[in-house]
Amino acid sequence: MNRLDYSVMRPIEGAVSGNKLIKNTYLLLSASLIWSALMAVVSVAMAPPPGIAMLTSLVALGLLWLVLPRTANSPAGLWVVFGVTGLLGFGLGPMLTYYAALSNGPQIIATAFGGTGIIFLGLSGYALTTRRDFSFMGGFIFAGMLVMMIASVALIFLNIPALQLAIAAGVMLLMSGYILFQTSAMVNGGETNYIVATVGLYLAILNIFTSLLQLLGAFSGDD
Amino acid sequence: MDSMWVKILAAVVMLAWIIYLWPRAKYWMKNSPAPKEGDWRAALLPLGAVVLFVMLLIMMVR
Repeated sequence: MNRLDYSVMRPIEGAVSGNKLIKNTYLLLSASLIWSALMAVVSVAMAPPPGIAMLTSLVALGLLWLVLPRTANSPAGLWVVFGVTGLLGFGLGPMLTYYAALSNGPQIIATAFGGTGIIFLGLSGYALTTRRDFSFMGGFIFAGMLVMMIASVALIFLNIPALQLAIAAGVMLLMSGYILFQTSAMVNGGETNYIVATVGLYLAILNIFTSLLQLLGAFSGDD
Repeated sequence: MDSMWVKILAAVVMLAWIIYLWPRAKYWMKNSPAPKEGDWRAALLPLGAVVLFVMLLIMMVR
């Protein structure tokens, strides 16, 4: 007797689940960014050796690679997110200590921090309000990331400052593109897991912050 | 000698990230949908704004 037309309700259900995904992602992202910043402050206070960044990066990568795929659909995935973001935040310590020691270091760090926030909010807001599908950028972004990483390996041994700045600028643009790509995937149903979405957005924000720090440090005339 | 080991370790970490990213990159390079008319313009507009914003930040710290 009750002949409710569910075909009419389906788009509403999709929009509701999409909104829930976005809300959960931003909540977890906010919490993990605060946690990460706290770990960075602890790292600055402890002043660990510079090699710590590599070690924490390696452990975080291990969690992303081996543990996250198995836990992304369970509450345990939340612990993995906090593990990864805490480790990467702690790894930022030596870099922040280095920039803080420059004459206008605090200004550079504050500008990079604020700039990163504005870039993220602006790009996310743009993708959320336009609701455009940016999935066509996927191949371009991931191919670009590989190129930047290969160039980074070369940079470790070649030590060319101009290459370092080119990589920082390239990473900045690619991660900005990734925010558009990931946010539109959340809006349009390409991404359904808020834990995976959070990790992706966190990595993009972290890379934008470190790249911006490098660019501002280099062009401030004090690096 | 120590710094060489640090460099090698850094390269190993970076290579591990490349290996981690490779399957995803391969998938998206093969399966990215073709852009529709106006898609690239819609993407380049905010990216251009990011470039201008970064230039403004650089001018602020100089």
